[in-house]
Amino acid sequence: MLAVVWTLHAVVDDRLLVPGPPGRPGGRLVSAQRTEPKTLNWAVAADSGSREVLERLMADLIHINRQSLSTEPALAKSWKVSPNGLHWELELRQGIRFSDGRPFDADDVVFTFQAILDEQVHSPQRALLMLEGKPIGVRKLDTYRVAFDLPQPYSVPDRLFDGIFILPRHKLEAAWTQGKLAGAWPVSTPPPEIAGLGPFRLKEYVAGQRITLERNPYYWKVDRAGTQLPYLAELVFVFAGSEDNQVLRFQAGESDIVSRVGARNFAALEKDRERRGYELFSAGGSLEYSFLFFNLGDLPAGIVPQIAAHQAFLRRKSFRQAVSAAIDRDAIVRLIYLGRAVPLGGPVPPGNRAWINATLSAPTRSVERARQLLAADGFKWNRQGSLADPDGRPVAFSILTSNNNPERSQMATLIQDDLKQIGMRVDVVQLEFRSLLERVQRSREYEACLLSLASPDADPNPDMAVWLSSGGNHLWNPEQKTPATPWEAEIDRLMRSQMVSRSYAERKRLFDRVQAIVVEYQPLVPLVSPNLLAGAKKTLANFHPALIEPYTLWNVDQLYWRGGAPGARP
Amino acid sequence: MKLSLTLAFLAVLHALVVLAAWVAPYHYAEQHRDYPFAPPARVHFTDAAHRFLLRPFVYGLTQDSPGGDYREDRSRLYPIDFFVRGRLFGVGAPGVLFLWGSDGYGRDVFSRVLYGGQVSLLTGLVAAFLSLSLGLLCGTLAGFHGGWVDGLLMRGGELFLALPWLYLLLGVRAFLPLHISPAQAFFLLVAIIGTVGWVRPARMVRGVVLSARERGFVLAARGFGASPGYLMRRHILPLTWSVLLTQATVLIPRYILAEVTLSFLGLGVGEPVPSWGNMLAEARQYHTLMAHAWMLAPGLATIPLLLGYLTLADILLERPSSADPAPPIERPSGALPLGSREG
Repeated sequence: MLAVVWTLHAVVDDRLLVPGPPGRPGGRLVSAQRTEPKTLNWAVAADSGSREVLERLMADLIHINRQSLSTEPALAKSWKVSPNGLHWELELRQGIRFSDGRPFDADDVVFTFQAILDEQVHSPQRALLMLEGKPIGVRKLDTYRVAFDLPQPYSVPDRLFDGIFILPRHKLEAAWTQGKLAGAWPVSTPPPEIAGLGPFRLKEYVAGQRITLERNPYYWKVDRAGTQLPYLAELVFVFAGSEDNQVLRFQAGESDIVSRVGARNFAALEKDRERRGYELFSAGGSLEYSFLFFNLGDLPAGIVPQIAAHQAFLRRKSFRQAVSAAIDRDAIVRLIYLGRAVPLGGPVPPGNRAWINATLSAPTRSVERARQLLAADGFKWNRQGSLADPDGRPVAFSILTSNNNPERSQMATLIQDDLKQIGMRVDVVQLEFRSLLERVQRSREYEACLLSLASPDADPNPDMAVWLSSGGNHLWNPEQKTPATPWEAEIDRLMRSQMVSRSYAERKRLFDRVQAIVVEYQPLVPLVSPNLLAGAKKTLANFHPALIEPYTLWNVDQLYWRGGAPGARP
Repeated sequence: MKLSLTLAFLAVLHALVVLAAWVAPYHYAEQHRDYPFAPPARVHFTDAAHRFLLRPFVYGLTQDSPGGDYREDRSRLYPIDFFVRGRLFGVGAPGVLFLWGSDGYGRDVFSRVLYGGQVSLLTGLVAAFLSLSLGLLCGTLAGFHGGWVDGLLMRGGELFLALPWLYLLLGVRAFLPLHISPAQAFFLLVAIIGTVGWVRPARMVRGVVLSARERGFVLAARGFGASPGYLMRRHILPLTWSVLLTQATVLIPRYILAEVTLSFLGLGVGEPVPSWGNMLAEARQYHTLMAHAWMLAPGLATIPLLLGYLTLADILLERPSSADPAPPIERPSGALPLGSREG
């Protein structure tokens, strides 16, 4: 009897079968990244350097396939939804183990969600599990089933689970009950202490140089031939410090993949492609969009009076529309991105085919139209051609950019020249990125700013903080208590409606209207959306750069080396 | 002879920079968006049929693809005109003449180097003047009065020398008001560089004043009831001129480089006004160094200028100085050394 039970149990294979042609195991992949991780604890990691490494060590319950952009079972093999959409029951895979060999079950899931939602931990990921300020509820049903209760209807709850990585209860629960979870797993933690469900586990960390991950022998995915993933034996992240350094290493063959390359560096790499044996990819339609926005909110007391005075014209719709009409987006695409970008007419890039409002027209530059818009609102030009607003104030303002991004600084210079043609005097001010964010989000001591955002998902929901007037990323006037303008109130209503609607057609209709309002009132002037530029050695198979993060390592468990020596290096 | 050659050389360089509005073929902010990163122009004297033309000319430029290489289009010929359009030379539109290539916005690098020289050079000169004036004032006060004035000024100076100015200045931009016009940024830069560097000239002047104070003719004048002001004006300050002059020739190149450094780090005049520093900042990226080496022209432009000033400094330092505190010696000719008329 026992033998029968044992055999049955051994036969139950809950591992995920990955489609596609099988690959060859072995080899090492080296990736140069810009910044070093600050922590090995995903619960408190906010910086990209940490997350890029940590997300290779861990797995989530339901995962968004970066290529198809639809959700797939991951650690949860199936789920049931209640008719009202508020209760989700997830069935977990059985027989799965963490990278240290300890078994995974519902207790780890419950622990993870409770720890992330715990206010004492101050996890940056907490906001991802809140709907309109109310947390998601989590309940254990049995060893392999967990129930989630949403506080209100939500359009795409399965997408909420992507990126919520399951932490090992046996390693971290003690720290959590003592209130020390936030300080757990610093970068100096010995590798055997770290456990996760991802394709790799930590092998070695040399501060300032590299972090080496090795294959997780307990990983729960297999290919069609029955080979356990990942194929790669080792994954090494070296710290390059800057984009130029990353490109140099890739070109020299010291690293095997590179992503988010700047357009001119990409052109420099292209010249050497044949000789050095790498492939380059220009994936059109990324979800990154850059824009110019203005300080439209009420200013706190003590701000330089000049900014308050300039708000008189910054707040005029005609001014913003004229700025948008005068900007030469084609020159930006041609000169700065060498053709590898798309000019934007609205805030959603064309790459987001499922959500872009196709009725909005492409942007066309017209200095004439800009002048007409200004003249119709009472702006006047003096004899030297300088523009003055209806109150006689000369139209002169400054644009802030961050000094760590050459493309945005160059865009600011082009815009400065474009706006000179309609009589506006623009100063370009470069600040360090954190000083810039401080000015924009806290002290509000700025007039205009050039920034870019990259949506984490094609779905509009993760960007709610940008569109809601109460949102922290509502850059032109963040964290309003009540909407300052009727059109912002309308956007609030539309975004909240689409967030709870479960019909894609309905949501698309609502979001289209949001885009149309943004294009009319131009609180942010959309500029361009750059292509995603990436590269990899020719012999690396299954390399398919995606349009949302992580761009190149989303399928790291399926990357393998083709033919000959599998990428190993002395 | 060497002195006049060096001075003439420096005069020519300064004239080029001062007359940039005339010498440069383009205005510094003029963008030619069809020709970003165009290579330095090839000026021809013989055309396709191998005829020698008295007037030099350039061919039109075409670019195969955005970011690709430029080719000369032999079907379009643009002769170089002289003394037209209010400038020394240039070509008529739609031709372009980029002697030292163009930058990422299609702005002529040669023109920008000349205009940029105005900012860099003027900063060097004015900041040197500021430093020397402050140094003269403090050094004279310290040397002449001695005592606590001397102590205060010199210890204060040492504190000044010890401060990590570069790091402080990097943080300064965040506190400055947003609306700094290029002119205001320029004055701020001059003020910063000038005030930071007063200490070394002050110490040298103090040394001169200390030794001059004890010279026979000064003591004599004092004995005759001369006021401190008269002593300083008439006897002591003239002895400092040579020190100040040599210090000037050393400080000016140093301050030009200081301006280049600060502008490179983003603290100088803003776009579109060029300075050698902010032009070099554009060249900082990897792809620029690899593919567009002409963007380093501003760095090369500093070389003859600094060479001129430093040669001048060498020449001046080699000359005998009237502030030399050697004791009077009887010369065979019987003439007494300068500045020591006893009695």
